[in-house]
Amino acid sequence: MTQAAGARTNFDLTEAQELLRRTVRELAETRIAPRAAEIDEKEEYPEDIFQLLREHDLLGIYIAEKYGGAGLGNVEYCIAVEEICRVCSNTPLALTVHFLATRAIDIAGSEAQKSHCLSGVANGALKCSFSSTEPHAGTDVGNIKTRAVLEGDEWIINGQKAFCTGAPLADFIVLAAKTDPAAGHRGISLFIVPGDAPGFTVGSPERKMGMRGAPTCPLFFDNCRIPAENLIGEVNGGFKTAMLAFNQARPGIGARGVGLAQGCLDYAANYAKEREAFGQSIAHFQGIQFILADMFMAVEAARLLVYRAAAMVDAGRFGKESVHFISAAKCYAADMAMKASIDAIQVLGGAGYLRDHPLERFMRDAKQLQIIEGTSQVQRGIIARNLLGL
Amino acid sequence: MHTPLTGAAVYGGGGMGFLGGSIVIEEMARFCSNSGLLIVLAMLSTRVIHLSGTEEQKNKYLTGIAKGELRGSYALTEPHAGSDAGNIRTRAVLEGDEWVINGQKAFCSGPDKADFITVAAKTDPNAGTRGITYFLVPTDTPGFSIARHERKMGTKGISTCVLDFDNVAVPKENQIGELNRGFKSAMLGFNQMRPAIGARAVGLAQGCLDYAANYAKEREAFGQAIAHFQGIQFMLADMFMEIEAARLLVYRAAALVDAGFGDKDHARYFSAAKAYASDMAMKVAIDSIQVLGGAGYMKDHPLERLMRDAKQIQIVEGTSQIQRIIIARNLLGL
Repeated sequence: MTQAAGARTNFDLTEAQELLRRTVRELAETRIAPRAAEIDEKEEYPEDIFQLLREHDLLGIYIAEKYGGAGLGNVEYCIAVEEICRVCSNTPLALTVHFLATRAIDIAGSEAQKSHCLSGVANGALKCSFSSTEPHAGTDVGNIKTRAVLEGDEWIINGQKAFCTGAPLADFIVLAAKTDPAAGHRGISLFIVPGDAPGFTVGSPERKMGMRGAPTCPLFFDNCRIPAENLIGEVNGGFKTAMLAFNQARPGIGARGVGLAQGCLDYAANYAKEREAFGQSIAHFQGIQFILADMFMAVEAARLLVYRAAAMVDAGRFGKESVHFISAAKCYAADMAMKASIDAIQVLGGAGYLRDHPLERFMRDAKQLQIIEGTSQVQRGIIARNLLGL
Repeated sequence: MHTPLTGAAVYGGGGMGFLGGSIVIEEMARFCSNSGLLIVLAMLSTRVIHLSGTEEQKNKYLTGIAKGELRGSYALTEPHAGSDAGNIRTRAVLEGDEWVINGQKAFCSGPDKADFITVAAKTDPNAGTRGITYFLVPTDTPGFSIARHERKMGTKGISTCVLDFDNVAVPKENQIGELNRGFKSAMLGFNQMRPAIGARAVGLAQGCLDYAANYAKEREAFGQAIAHFQGIQFMLADMFMEIEAARLLVYRAAALVDAGFGDKDHARYFSAAKAYASDMAMKVAIDSIQVLGGAGYMKDHPLERLMRDAKQIQIVEGTSQIQRIIIARNLLGL
């Protein structure tokens, strides 16, 4: 990135961004942290915490002011997600899942769609989900089979979706379906499917290792009917819109990794200072020090990758030519968080393996980051293709 | 099944040695980490008896374990003293013909099903590691109780408990080995156990590789099985290399024990086998889920369970950090 002559390269956040961080951190530590273990153990969607985010105007942090949002950027969105993830990975899904679904509408939707959906999400009246993956087609998005056919002034949808997070709670789902079955990814369109659309049902939640505060479900469409105007953007233009939405969403997933890892580091460092062995606190042993120092380096590197990617999104640079920076942020932060959570447990020893401490939950939650919204392998493929000009 | 194939044939065991025992544990751990622990617990609870017990103790306990008539458990760690074993506080005092034990133990595996527990206690509180003695404590002894069952991330088939000893009196002859020499037997026992723990990790990782490889051959994306993509191939190839390296370290360490070299001078080989295999298993478990993508995160497949179980191996019977210290000291002659 080039700057005007005389401009100082500044890696610090602005005063307003730092104020946002402090505010969200306090909220996370005082109100969300005490609930985090319970949300995981009971596998319950934290409606009370959703309402808390609503009261504090965080649900629409990334949504334009004209739709009732705070009108802040991707960087601010990432800061909020990161700070909440320091204590709880489930809570920020109210931000990240909604972000992905609403970005497609923001990018390609009609004014009426934006007015209804973005406003509803910003003020907490509406919840939503995004659904593309099918049982036989995850990474291979172009190969989805769910079919949408226009009949008169309605789209008729048939098919099955998998791994849709938040589906039972969603007032609407942004759905990818084939409108030209022979055209691969150029035959995909996006639709807004109301949660109560006839012919649409949500299956039983999957049993997951972690991220248990948000239900992940299969979706079934049996001659599901939605109005013609629920098409988002152009017919067969859905893949491109979805990819642009993913590009904007990935810094936020990276921010989840950064927050989770920072939470692990903070917890392990505090424990190391308090736990005594061989006549002194274990923080004095090089073996522990090096683990913590490596974590610090990795967390900082990931944070900078994430902020830089978020700043690129804010500058409008989230097209295909910039996507390796965005994929690097998501992939590096997710892989880093996985490692940080494993190593943090190691600092606690046997205690870290128990549910009395939050780290085993963080480790189970971290694994999900390497998979969702493009696996670490998909990100590497994207980075390599961009680097190599393939 | 008579669990301790490793037990000496003279006491009714299989007499297959530590290499044989490691192979058995490995093959069970390919599918289930908890089942392998049944053998590990049998080995662990009898090691100090085998190394320093009386003939009567061996006859009763090794034979009982070999026949499956007795189950044992092992208690050394305390809430404030895990790696720092010399700092335990549980106290045993000789009163007449009985040892009276008072204190608390933590992270004890399987005591709720055990007939006896091999307990480390201080017999000379001022002597650090040179003031520790082991005792056989039947679980029906008055004053012994299980204070708490821990809630764990994985390895949920075997309980992990906090134990209370409140004036627990056992006969004088339940002392194992010489007074105040328990730590030395314990360390020797740990050395000999390490290949078996490494075998748990090798088996777990092999199970992950097998499952992920089969899935990769069946799962199609972009018009072909994902097994054809280099990204998947390289992950599986790395897993194979690391598992083979770990398996050889484990077998070599077990063979050293069987050849009578299970002593302090060879500690680095046992620690290398345990630390390398457990760190490897953690990584392989994580990567194998990655091959399955979202499906791997679900409880419909075994990999999320194996990943949760793998973490435990990096911690039990000397963390990966303790093993590195042992290796370094042994290498450096410190």
